[in-house]
Amino acid sequence: MESVFGLVGKDFAIVVADSSAVHSILVHKTNEDKIMVLDSHKLMGASGETGDRAQFTEYIQKNVALYQFRNGIPLTTSATANFTRGELATALRKNPYMVNIILAGYDKETGPSLYYIDYIASLHKLDKAAFGYGSYFALSMMDRHYRKDMTVEEAIELVDKCIVEIRSRLVVAPPNFVIKIVDKDGAREYAWRQSIKDGEVLAA
Amino acid sequence: MMKIDFSGLDPAAPIKGRTDELCGDILATPSFALPTTHDFDGFQKAAVQMVKPAKGTTTLAFIFKDGVMVAADSRASMGGYISSQSVKKIIEINPYMLGTMAGGAADCQFWHRNLGIKCRLHELANKRRISVAGASKMLSNILYSYRGMGLSVGTMIAGWDEKGPGLYYVDSEGGRLKGTRFSVGSGSPYAYGVLDSGYRFDLSVEEAAELARRAIYHATFRDGASGGVASVYHVGPNGWKKLSGDDVGELHYMYYPVEPTSVEQEMTEVSVA
Repeated sequence: MESVFGLVGKDFAIVVADSSAVHSILVHKTNEDKIMVLDSHKLMGASGETGDRAQFTEYIQKNVALYQFRNGIPLTTSATANFTRGELATALRKNPYMVNIILAGYDKETGPSLYYIDYIASLHKLDKAAFGYGSYFALSMMDRHYRKDMTVEEAIELVDKCIVEIRSRLVVAPPNFVIKIVDKDGAREYAWRQSIKDGEVLAA
Repeated sequence: MMKIDFSGLDPAAPIKGRTDELCGDILATPSFALPTTHDFDGFQKAAVQMVKPAKGTTTLAFIFKDGVMVAADSRASMGGYISSQSVKKIIEINPYMLGTMAGGAADCQFWHRNLGIKCRLHELANKRRISVAGASKMLSNILYSYRGMGLSVGTMIAGWDEKGPGLYYVDSEGGRLKGTRFSVGSGSPYAYGVLDSGYRFDLSVEEAAELARRAIYHATFRDGASGGVASVYHVGPNGWKKLSGDDVGELHYMYYPVEPTSVEQEMTEVSVA
């Protein structure tokens, strides 16, 4: 089961996801990027069935871009979260998408925000959230050590604590994680935490 | 005839015992007849499982400095019966792209042929070849739209385009992964072991072909659903080329020739005490 978690800091939000693509007992890939950059100031980390995850997040990404084209201004994080939840809810009783989403964004007026959207389309605006088996470890770690208005360094320390805990305590622990950050300068990749390097990394 | 039981939901129905004979039908909660099965919820799942063929095969592909090496076995099995030892599991989509077959043979053949058609149309419409990323995305979107309808396809799209060698894994659940090494099928865990331990990016074409052949051989040795002939193809800058097709039985004796067994113990006369 894939781990995704995130938290809000002083003027930024962080989303962390594991990066293994798994098929029953086989690990096909250990550097799969599951955090999609929706636009300049939004990140969407998703976990769930492979096909649904890629297709649904791309669908949201393209619709966010379309809104910007049509209206000349970007969607706010709150509007994006509600749109995403609406799409999941409409599909739920016909052809459900099995994806859990952590949406993080930075708006000029309201600052950083984080939204928890699960596969049955519930939506919560939160300071910290987690999905997957890793959530059993990440949530309590974050509850214990989280404070409001943490700096980037403090937040990354907390993220690393969570990753170490997941790696050491979860029986099917994913080896690699990707960390992405969004702040006033935009959404970007912050770091990878890799304990197994895939062949690709050497070849590039 | 089994009827669906809503009595738990209806407050008016008596908790225990059957309803009165006189007003039985009026008071009885509305219900409809179910098909005669032991386990109504499970039977539907079992029906889908029965139709869905398991991916009894071994296919693999990997990128190295001289392109993409693609290899597969050639056995088709229906449960315990081997229906064919000579199935072509590497499908030639066009002169510079190959697809591998795992899962339903008809599904793979049809959709790869369909993909070939769409790639050619793209070439004619845009006056340039389609990229491997584009071709795999087209196939992935088609398979995603048939999600849940029982297609069984586990394929790798390998090719050489403007960006160099490309390899994508696409399956019928709608997943699409970009990577450098993949193996698909029931024999894939066995093949992964041999492939991962022998892989280097700077293999030569001969070394890479030997690695691919060896990995398929080891998978066919241990997996009952894989066997037949190990075919190896190479995709280079000028397109694909079939390198070899060796019977895995013959490969076995090539890798592990029969040695005359040494006599371990000689019978000796036992002296009578």
